[in-house]
Amino acid sequence: MLLEDKDRIFRNLYGFHDSGLDGARKRGAWDGTKFFIDKGHDWIISEVKTSGLRGRGGAGFPTGLKWSFMPKSDPRPSYLVINADESEPGSCKDREIMRHDPHLLIEGALLAGFAMRAHASYIYIRGEFIRERERLQRAIDEAYAAKLIGKNNVHGWDFDLYIAHGAGAYICGEETALLESLEGRKGQPRLKPPFPANVGLYGAPTTVNNVESIAVVPDILRRGGHWFAALGLPNNTGTKLFQISGHVNRPCVVEEEMGIPLRQLIDEHCGGVRGGWSNLLAVIPGGSSMPLIPAEECETLSMDFDSLTKLKSGLGTAAIIVLDKSADVVKAIARIAYFYKHESCGQCTPCREGTGWMWRVLERMARGEAQKSEIDKLFDVSKQIEGHTICALGDAAAWPVQGLIRHFRPEIERRIDAYQAAHREAAE
Amino acid sequence: MTRQLIIDGNLVEVEDGLTLLQACEQAGAEIPRFCYHERLSIAGNCRMCLVEVQGSPKPIASCAMGVADLPPNRDNSPKIISTRSETVKKAREGVMEFLLINHPLDCPICDQGGECDLQDQAIAYGSGGSRFAENKRAVEEKYIGPLIKTAMTRCIHCTRCVRFMTEVAGVEELGAIGRGEDMEITTYLERGILSEMSANVNDLCPVGALTHRPWAHNARPWELRKTETFDVMDAVGSAIRVDARGREVMRILPRNNDAVNEEWISDKTRHVADGLRTQRLDQPYVRKDGRLVPASWDEALAAVAAKLKSANPDRIAAVAGPLAGAEEMFALKDLFARLGATNVDCREDGAKLDPTLGRASYVFNSTIEGIEKADAILLIGTNPRLEAAVLNARIRKRWRKGGLTVGLVGERVDLAYPYEHLGSGGRTLTELADGKHAFADVLKNAAAPLVIVGMSAIARADGGAVLAAAARIASAATSGKDAGWNAFNVLHTAASRVAGLDLGFVPEKPASTDVASFVAAAGKGDLSVLFLLGADDIDTQALGNAFVVYQGSHGDAGAHRADVIFPAAAYTEKSATYVNTEGRAQVTARAVFPPGLAREDWTIIRALSALTGHTLPYDTLEALRAAMYKAAPTLAALDRVAHAPASALDALAKGKGAINDEPFRTAVRDFYLTNPIARASAVMAEMSALVTQAGRQASLAAAE
Repeated sequence: MLLEDKDRIFRNLYGFHDSGLDGARKRGAWDGTKFFIDKGHDWIISEVKTSGLRGRGGAGFPTGLKWSFMPKSDPRPSYLVINADESEPGSCKDREIMRHDPHLLIEGALLAGFAMRAHASYIYIRGEFIRERERLQRAIDEAYAAKLIGKNNVHGWDFDLYIAHGAGAYICGEETALLESLEGRKGQPRLKPPFPANVGLYGAPTTVNNVESIAVVPDILRRGGHWFAALGLPNNTGTKLFQISGHVNRPCVVEEEMGIPLRQLIDEHCGGVRGGWSNLLAVIPGGSSMPLIPAEECETLSMDFDSLTKLKSGLGTAAIIVLDKSADVVKAIARIAYFYKHESCGQCTPCREGTGWMWRVLERMARGEAQKSEIDKLFDVSKQIEGHTICALGDAAAWPVQGLIRHFRPEIERRIDAYQAAHREAAE
Repeated sequence: MTRQLIIDGNLVEVEDGLTLLQACEQAGAEIPRFCYHERLSIAGNCRMCLVEVQGSPKPIASCAMGVADLPPNRDNSPKIISTRSETVKKAREGVMEFLLINHPLDCPICDQGGECDLQDQAIAYGSGGSRFAENKRAVEEKYIGPLIKTAMTRCIHCTRCVRFMTEVAGVEELGAIGRGEDMEITTYLERGILSEMSANVNDLCPVGALTHRPWAHNARPWELRKTETFDVMDAVGSAIRVDARGREVMRILPRNNDAVNEEWISDKTRHVADGLRTQRLDQPYVRKDGRLVPASWDEALAAVAAKLKSANPDRIAAVAGPLAGAEEMFALKDLFARLGATNVDCREDGAKLDPTLGRASYVFNSTIEGIEKADAILLIGTNPRLEAAVLNARIRKRWRKGGLTVGLVGERVDLAYPYEHLGSGGRTLTELADGKHAFADVLKNAAAPLVIVGMSAIARADGGAVLAAAARIASAATSGKDAGWNAFNVLHTAASRVAGLDLGFVPEKPASTDVASFVAAAGKGDLSVLFLLGADDIDTQALGNAFVVYQGSHGDAGAHRADVIFPAAAYTEKSATYVNTEGRAQVTARAVFPPGLAREDWTIIRALSALTGHTLPYDTLEALRAAMYKAAPTLAALDRVAHAPASALDALAKGKGAINDEPFRTAVRDFYLTNPIARASAVMAEMSALVTQAGRQASLAAAE
């Protein structure tokens, strides 16, 4: 059973309609916003809590709960920071929102900002997103001109929205590194505690949310938290933008209910795996940092936070990378390891030194130029990175490698054997 | 508030404000670390200090976790912390392995060898071998100045150096560029660091990435004899350790003294070491036919004794330079008194300090530690950054905490913290003293105001009036407040000065007679003998036909003009008392013997006294000190500061006189060349040239 059109939040996901203010209004945006604001800060938070919305940036932390951590009376200003630094390989949902439905994001920013008593909000947008930024800026300008946001706006809550353009570093998607970058410093994660809700941007209470988490808020309020909670599975509610790439016939971004079976998602929206379902080798279910899942476990896999956690993987940003049997899975993971080596900020030891080590070993393993004992060593190295770093990038770098070893050890061993056999002959 | 923790099975109660690392140390557990340093901000990046905390799935970096931030257990039982569990051991081994995979195995040629944190901790916490089979990273060499030798391949990216330069030194010239394993510590532009505190990064560096360039590859730490003593390059009296091999001082390192220098020293204090080897006076000289020729001690002493005996006591004078110890000043004053002479002066620069107005009139009453309590500081004619670099770091430390206002009357300079420039000369000072200036209210409203007077402001004709005005400002600022808080501070630049004033090493009428009058008398031929006790900063060309005796360690300006030279010991070669600007008496220790025929200073004067017929009644240092302590009891109170209440300033504040509107200048023009030892040092000369060149380039750039 696919998501019905009436339950769709992103009604212009593909840009078929006008993305400007008029078009957005026709699709329901900015409808009743004043009414929600008049209901008060706590009503919005409680409605978002009712909806069961979990953060769409990857970690899946309950959004309403996160907002409730913001201090209610504090002499310092509060800030809402929206993370549009969509850099996880495979993820491409936030850009669609910013390009085609920017007013949902702006309205959501106003409502979320109001809920956490913030008069200013920053959207930190990825360096490579030039056109997305232009679209978004245009929409913000429209909203200012229509007095929907800004000082003395029609909603009675002064609210300024600024775009900050990053320089394209993956690490700046980590919330505290993002704050550092926003403040004009080198993007390196901060130590926690203190958490941003206590000491965030410019030392003031701050909440950092993903674009999608914010953009779904207006519709949650318009239709009620219960409507959102009724979609999906318990504890994994609502709709979600899935992004399917790789070896499928029609890669796409699609809004679907949480918990949709992976096979249904691929077959109905993407025209199936290239060469048929039996040609599936593995999927990376949530962006490059999530451990891959081999084909046999994909059969009945349901796409939601909890099901994937059970398989020692995760939903992440729901960026599904499909690998068919033509893919060189070791090489693919080696490439991912290179990405993390390249994007490690270099601040703390395990990630700085370990990511390069893992990549170099994997490059050799992809050629079979290794010892079998090194597989266990590699696993151990990845375990020494995981959980020992300041931010989650260490984990993100370690997990794909662990997934590979967990599920494809025979493949690595086969290559080592083949390489050694070839070179024994050469030596003789 | 305290909190209970169970650390390695022991129940301990610790303060709420501590970090977990400090709590573990209090419980007696040893926590390895590289990036953590008590006096720097917390970076938490080396990950060596991981410990296991009950209820946390991951090990926690103890340096960055506050005890108060630990989530409480459900039943409020004390948290169980483990620093020795298998998980912790494995995590540390992992971090150690990561640190070592890209660290070169060049310990045999590394200057840090033997005192390297990485070596020590690799032994204690590392695993036996390496599993890393790839190529190691190499980093291109950097040039960051004549003091710091770099081998950046060895860097473990702890960022202690970056944090020190940014936080303590206040010079944002070091930073990290690049990401991941390509991250490098650098000065951004290839040039030397221009900071008077820069070489402290060598001590902070836990590996051999930053080492001392001037003594690179000279000695191994275990071959050196270590002597704990005090510095005399400025009047702060930093605690230092002198490392010597044989007869040579190889290096000078800071020691911890929270009351004075914390654990920093200035670059001059540290790298003056090579100056102790060059330009040394190692045998007596006597001027014959216009040329200085080597002589025996007997010859030199006899020549001087004859002159002293034959001269009218009113026509002999003595000047003590910045490095003279209290012992020799006491002996020299004693000898002069026995000869019936009163013309002695330790105020080489002509500062209008008068010890008869009480000790509070010439010391740094608020103490250096007291700076941390201050909330408003008025600087008068001083640039503490050059005159007392370590003290300036203390002001900066206070400023970083917030809530400090600094005002400056004098030259506009870069102090490494922002300040309000109130004016440059006497008019502003008079306004402040009359309470007509807005900053006077700032001082009045401050809970703990500070007034700091520099030497250049009082080493001029109206210096007495400047001092009196400063005392009036300080008294007005503290009136009605805590009577124990004395806001009046004199910032000395000469290490010998306070001891000299304590001993009364000044003429009978210190307000009217001074070094300038001695020089003028010599020029006019009214002076027969001038005894220079390490005094080089007077106009030695203007001494006319006076018979000049120079006693000192280095062949500087004074020795060039001398008729007789007595070679004496430098501060590392004798046990001598120095009193720092706070009035804190400290005794140096002998690290090496003086070169050649040079002798400890007081013994020279003792020998001379016998030949003049007025033998000084002490044959040992102990006997001399007993007599000296009787004359100046404050010198006996080692490492203590006698506290003077605000009322002690009353006599000084009564002083009258107009203050000239001429701008106050800074006492130290060239930080690196302030005394004979520094002027003999090639390293100091190189730094001086570098700074001059940088200044020239900056002014050229500004002109364009």
